[in-house]
Amino acid sequence: MKAEVPVKKTLPGSLTPQRLVELYRTMLLIRHFEEQCAPAYRQGKMGGYMHVYIGQEAVATGFIAHMRDDDYMLCSYRDHGHALARGTDPRRIMAELFGRYTGVAKGKGGSMHLVDVERGFLGGYGIVGGMVPLAVGVGYAIRYRGTDQVCLCFFGDGAMNIGPVHEALNMAAIYKVPVVFVCENNRYAMATPVEFASAVPSLAERAKQYGMPTKQIGGMDLLEVYREAEEIIRHVRTTPEPFFVEVLTYRFEGHGIADNPTNQALYRTKEEVEYWRQRDPIVNTARFLLENGFATESELLEWDAYAKRQALEAVAYADASPEPPLEELYRDVYTDMEVQEWR
Amino acid sequence: MAVITYREALRQALTEEMERDPGVFILGEEVGRYQGTFRVTEGLLQRFGEMRVVDTPISESGIAGMAIGAAMIGLRPVAEFMTFSFALIAADQLVNHAAKILYMFGGQITVPVVFRGPAGGGAQLSAQHSHSLESWYAHIPGLKVVAPATPADAKGMLKTAIRDNNPVIFMEHAKLYSTRGEVPEGEYTVPFGVADIKREGRDVTIIAYSQPVLLALHAAQKLAETEGIECEVIDLRSLQPLDMDTVLHSIRKTHRAVVAHEDHRNVGFGAEVVARIQEFAFDELDAPVLRVASADVPIPYARNLERAAFPSEEDIIRAVKRVLA
Repeated sequence: MKAEVPVKKTLPGSLTPQRLVELYRTMLLIRHFEEQCAPAYRQGKMGGYMHVYIGQEAVATGFIAHMRDDDYMLCSYRDHGHALARGTDPRRIMAELFGRYTGVAKGKGGSMHLVDVERGFLGGYGIVGGMVPLAVGVGYAIRYRGTDQVCLCFFGDGAMNIGPVHEALNMAAIYKVPVVFVCENNRYAMATPVEFASAVPSLAERAKQYGMPTKQIGGMDLLEVYREAEEIIRHVRTTPEPFFVEVLTYRFEGHGIADNPTNQALYRTKEEVEYWRQRDPIVNTARFLLENGFATESELLEWDAYAKRQALEAVAYADASPEPPLEELYRDVYTDMEVQEWR
Repeated sequence: MAVITYREALRQALTEEMERDPGVFILGEEVGRYQGTFRVTEGLLQRFGEMRVVDTPISESGIAGMAIGAAMIGLRPVAEFMTFSFALIAADQLVNHAAKILYMFGGQITVPVVFRGPAGGGAQLSAQHSHSLESWYAHIPGLKVVAPATPADAKGMLKTAIRDNNPVIFMEHAKLYSTRGEVPEGEYTVPFGVADIKREGRDVTIIAYSQPVLLALHAAQKLAETEGIECEVIDLRSLQPLDMDTVLHSIRKTHRAVVAHEDHRNVGFGAEVVARIQEFAFDELDAPVLRVASADVPIPYARNLERAAFPSEEDIIRAVKRVLA
């Protein structure tokens, strides 16, 4: 879009201005998509829990930018951003949140269980840390077949206190599987601060003992995430060995929809939230684009409006989509046998 | 037909399936260099190499999760638990992941994985090594649960389990590994969801699975010889899917039934069988269906207490006589 503008030193080596704009627009889509979730939820169009990713957009965007078409990823229940960054149709994601048949999982998984098999997205999981051992298996299967694919596994700081995560990290290192463990440290496991929950507050430090390279990086600056992720994923793809990266980030909203401002006041201050909001990855990337002449004010506005329109279209699509037929209740329990209908 | 042990039959199934399908691999504690704690995997490391016979740390969640993850992208892992009592540590992986991935992702990801290993007790291993948990797994939609009692069934059903596209809980019994039986030559499989009439009879139906099938057969033999009572012994073999047709058909003939298993009686698997019998064949019954099961206690160490905790041949004989009284 601004290809004629010379690349300034501040842009990481492989990043072109066009690519940066694409990634910026991905973050905008994630933000607008999730901002449309709250009213839809309040209107009763969605059920269950609603964990939004607002504030953390640079993490999924910066890492997933380096995934090849044949790579894999798994993540936790805070998975809207990951699916959108991977290129999954926002309309089908929204339809899943609405419990509609056109959703990515036919409406059977909901917000916490997004999936996109075609893009190697093997799902969002609702058990904290539960999918981390699965990533080791995916990595093992890659080694078994001898390809240079990689698997990204996203989880939060809370997962670092789950036993199976430590079994998985140890086994990943034993079998030298090509998995990038991306620990998104947003500082709170629900309302429990990482400093309280972890005897060693640096999670990268804790992971060091598992015999794999580890690193702590900032997660609010898209350029930093992009640059670090590129290096880490290239290392895992070519070595191969697992890598543990702790990404320091922050969720601006509550843990979930029920974690309202009154509840949030129990565990964090307005000043703290404000401090992190100053580091909003979208605002800062926009500033960077402007300052370097990669975008004009009017382009930024246009992209913002486009992302919002995409989000609204997703809502409209979801709203107009049918609920799953009742036969779906008994489908997909097994691949090859019917479950008896008792009533 | 060759007469081989239950453990040899399992090993034959593993060997044949690994030769047939390069995506099949084994993982578990001591399955490789140590040749398997119950010697089921003896020689397989030497034959198939360490990529396909994978020694693991003592990390049940890690083992189960790794198997599930590999299965999700198309391999066919066979994960061995040293006992199903230890598999409790992996319960989240089995119940929340293996069982639910197909459904919660709308049928798009299959999990063709087998979790196998010894269940039950009887060697004075006391409470933490002697648990029968089949009813727990059969309770969870998405898991198939099988428990073969003979070498022939063990071989044919393990082959079926490995080829199945769903997660299969394959329960062996520690006391069965050294038992012998005829195993057909050549390629064969035993389907899930088909109970086997191990002995025909007209007076009482004994419904069992796993090691208690052998107790039931001994009891039936004794009852025939000493009392002239002819018991029909049904080996369920497969708990999910469950073949109630064979059971109900037999009850329409005998009008009396005893369910025998090593699971606890309270909320045990037999309760489900009895419930379905009363639901579908109430009018056929001439007596209440009785259950023979383990005492509702943690399994004790002392030999006499342990013997008293587990169901015996005598318990089955007593139950048969009661339903006939």
